[in-house]
Amino acid sequence: MSEPVTISFRLNNAQVSVTADPTAPLLDILRDTLHLTGTRYGCGQEQCGACLVLIDGQTAYACGRELATVAGHAVTTVEGLGTQDAPHPIQTAILAEQAGQCGYCLSGMQIAAAALLARTPSPSHAEIVAALDGNLCRCGAHPRILRAVARAAEMLA
Amino acid sequence: MIANTLPKSLADNPRLDRWLGFDQPDRASVRVGKVEIGQGIATALCQIAAEELDIAIDRIDLTAGDTDHAPDEGTTTSSLSVEVGGASLRLVCAEVRALVLAAAAHQLGCPVNALRIHDGAILRADQPTGLDYWSVPVSLARLATGAVAPKGVAEYRLVGTNVPRRDLPAKVFGAGFMQDFTRPGMRHGHVVHPPRIGGRIASIDEAAIRHAAGAPLDILRHGDMLALIADNATALRRATFAADTAVRWDGLAPLTLAMQDADWLTTQPSQDGTAGDPHPAPPGTRISAAYSRGYVSHGSIGPSCAVAEFRDGHLTVWCHVQGVYGFKSSLVGGLRLAPDQVSVRHLHGSGCYGHNGADDTGFDAAAIALRMPNTPIRVQWRREDEFGLEPVGSAMHIRLEGVLAADGRLQDLTTTLYSGPHINRGGDGNLLTARLQPNPVPPSPVAETSAPYPGSGTRNAVPYYDIVGKRYRHHMVLGTPVRTSALRGLGAMPNLFALESFIDECAEQSGQDPLAYRLTMLSDPRARAVLRAAADMAGWSRRRPSGSGTGLGLAFGRYKNTSGYAAVVVELAADTELRLRHIWCAADAGLAVNPGGVIAQLEGGIIQGASWTLKEQVTFDAAGIASRSWADYPILRFSDIPPIDCHLMPRPNDPSLGMGEASIGPTAAAIGNAAAHALGLRLRHMPFTRERIVAALNG
Repeated sequence: MSEPVTISFRLNNAQVSVTADPTAPLLDILRDTLHLTGTRYGCGQEQCGACLVLIDGQTAYACGRELATVAGHAVTTVEGLGTQDAPHPIQTAILAEQAGQCGYCLSGMQIAAAALLARTPSPSHAEIVAALDGNLCRCGAHPRILRAVARAAEMLA
Repeated sequence: MIANTLPKSLADNPRLDRWLGFDQPDRASVRVGKVEIGQGIATALCQIAAEELDIAIDRIDLTAGDTDHAPDEGTTTSSLSVEVGGASLRLVCAEVRALVLAAAAHQLGCPVNALRIHDGAILRADQPTGLDYWSVPVSLARLATGAVAPKGVAEYRLVGTNVPRRDLPAKVFGAGFMQDFTRPGMRHGHVVHPPRIGGRIASIDEAAIRHAAGAPLDILRHGDMLALIADNATALRRATFAADTAVRWDGLAPLTLAMQDADWLTTQPSQDGTAGDPHPAPPGTRISAAYSRGYVSHGSIGPSCAVAEFRDGHLTVWCHVQGVYGFKSSLVGGLRLAPDQVSVRHLHGSGCYGHNGADDTGFDAAAIALRMPNTPIRVQWRREDEFGLEPVGSAMHIRLEGVLAADGRLQDLTTTLYSGPHINRGGDGNLLTARLQPNPVPPSPVAETSAPYPGSGTRNAVPYYDIVGKRYRHHMVLGTPVRTSALRGLGAMPNLFALESFIDECAEQSGQDPLAYRLTMLSDPRARAVLRAAADMAGWSRRRPSGSGTGLGLAFGRYKNTSGYAAVVVELAADTELRLRHIWCAADAGLAVNPGGVIAQLEGGIIQGASWTLKEQVTFDAAGIASRSWADYPILRFSDIPPIDCHLMPRPNDPSLGMGEASIGPTAAAIGNAAAHALGLRLRHMPFTRERIVAALNG
C-alpha cells in the first residue's frame, strides 16, 4: 500500500477527484469509493472481461489498472454508457434480444461492444466475434449477445 | 383439470397467504421459494400468477427465497421450478381468484358467472362494479384446497408468450446483483480456508499478513477459523494473498494427479446399489465400451458473495443460495443458533448452475458477523477461491455392456457406473467454515445416501429406449478427493453421453443409420417427434459415410426420463481438434410458459454442455485444485460458438416440463457422435482435448 494521494480524472463525463492508495485497482475505487458497482469483479487477472471499462474510449481491465494510471484520463463505466431513460444502443439491443441469462457478464460485454461500435460502426460478424472474444459468458447467451451487437450497429447506421 | 394431489410446494406450504397478498394498494404481493438464478424463473412465475389472477404483470411484486416471508419450496433445482413451483402458484392464484369472485358475487347479489376480472378490477357486464382484489374482504389465512380448476389453455393471454425478463433491465444498466448489495457500516471479510479437506491451523505469520494489507486489518481466530476483516476490499485482498502462504495447515488430506481422473473412482470403496431387470443378460452379440467425464467446475463468472449482519441477537444473511431454508438450517446447526435467530434472504447472483460457493460464502460471512456484532460483513470469494474451494461436479466412469439381437437391435443393456455424490447440500457440519469452528458439529451424511435421493449419479442411467432387459449397478464413492455436489443435470450429462454414444456404436456395428436405429426402439411418440424434427432441421439425409473430416451426429434424451425432451444434431469439422459448425435442437417442453425463456435455456445448455465436452476438467496437484484461473480452466468463447437453431414442439395442452437441463447430455453425445463420424474413431473420455484426439488418431 502506498500513501493516499489525490487523483483527478473524468468519470462518465464528470470530473472526479479521489484521495486513495494510487496503487489500488481502479475496480475497487469505482465500486467501493465511488459506489459505481456496475463494473464487476470476475477474476482479478484480466481474463474474463467482467470489469471492462473504457479509458479514453479504449477497453481496459479495471481489475488490473492502478488508480494512478487514470489521472487526467476519461473513464467510462456501464453507468456512463446509458440509463433506463437514455440507453446506449447496445443496451436497447441487449434488452430487445433478451441477450442475458444471469447477466453478470453484461457490463463488460456492453463496454466491449460500445468500444467496437465507436471505432467500427458497421462491424462484420467476424469483427463482432473478435471484439467480444476476451469476454467470458458462462450461461451461453453468446448467440443472443452477437445478435444484439449487430442490432445495435443497425440502430447506429 | 382438478388437482387430486397438491404439488409438493403447495402441500408443504398450504396457506394461501404464504403465497399471495393484496396488502399494498394496487399491488399483488407474490411470494415463492424458487429463486432466480439466471434461468428466468422470476418472470415465468409472474406470468403464471398474472394469468390466473387476471391482473397486469407489472402489478406483481415478487418476493423469492426469504425464510421470513416466502414459502419453503426446498431448493431451486432439477428443472422443477415451473413443473412444481409454477403448478403450485397456479393453483393458489386460481383459488384466490375464485374466492374473491364468490365474495363479490355475494356482495353484489349476482351469480359468480356474471362477473369477470380485468386487471384486478371486478366487472359485471363489462362495467366496473367498484370492487377489486383490494376491496373485497376475503381472508387468505386459509388452507389451499387445490380444488379450483385453473384457466384452460385456450383462455391464456400471457402464459405462452415471450414476456421480457423482468430482472434484466436493472442488470443491463449495472445493478441488481448480490455482489452490488451494501449495508451501512459494512466491512469486507475473508475466511482463510485450508487448500484441501481436513486442515487444522498449524501456524500463522500475522505480521506478514498485516504488512501485505498495508491498512488496518482485524485478524480473528476462532477455533480453526481464521478471518481477516478490513475496511476496504483492496487491503483485504492483499492480505488474503499473503495469508495463502502465511498460514500453514496440518492434517490436510493428500491429493495426487491420478485422483483427477474418473478411473480413480473405480478403485475406491463405494456404496453400491442396483436396479432394473434382475435376470442375466441373454445370449447374442456382445458389445461393450467405457466412457468418462472428469470433475467439472460450475465456473460462475462472478465469484460467490454474501453479506451477514448480527444485530440484537439476530443474524440476517443476504446471499444467492439455491435454497434459503436448507441453508438457514445449516447456519442454525453449524453455528449452534436457534432457528428464530436467523433470517436468510436471497438476492440474485451470477449464474451458479448448481451448488457453487454460494452457501460457503454465506456461512463465512455469518460466522464472522457473529463474532463482530452490529458490523455488516461482506464476503466475496476470489476467483482462486471459487475455482479452488467450491464443490465441483463429480467425475464419472460408466461402462456399458449390450447384447444385440440377430437383427442388430439392442435387446439388453447393463450399465455400471462409478461416481462421487452429486447432492451434498445442507447438513449442519458440512460447509467449509462449519468444519473450522471450535468443537465443530460433525459433518452430516451425504444428503443423497438417504431418501428421497438415492444416488443422483443414476439420473438417466436407465435408457428411455424400449430395451427388453436393462439394469444398472451404481457405485457411489463417498471418499472423493475433493468436495463434490450438484452441477446442472447431476449424473444425467455423463450418463446420456455414454448411452447415446453407445447407441451409435451399436448402430454402427449393425450397419444401421443412427436415426433409424433409435426410431426402431423408441415408442414414445413425443420422443420420436423431437428426434425426427432435429434431424429434419439439420438435413440428416445428406449424411455421408464416416471419416471425411466433417461429421454429423445426433443424440436424444428425456431429462430424468420424466421431464423435458431434447434431440440435438451437431455438425463439426475435425482434424486434431474439433470445430463446431452448426447445432440444431428440437425440444418438447409441454406447455412453454415463456417460449423465449425455454429457448434461452436450451441454447445455454447446448453451449455449456459443449464447453464441458470439449474443454473442461478440474485438475489437481499435490497442493489442491490446480485449475484456479480461466487460463487453467478454459471454457468456450465467442469464436468457438457455431450457429444454433432451436425449435420447440407445440404442445400447449400438455403439462409443462422442466427444460433447464434437457439439452446438455444430448449435446455432449451428439458432439461425440459427430466426432466419430468425422474421424472414423470414437472419443469416449471427456473433455475431447487435442491430446486425446491425437492419442486416438495414433491408435
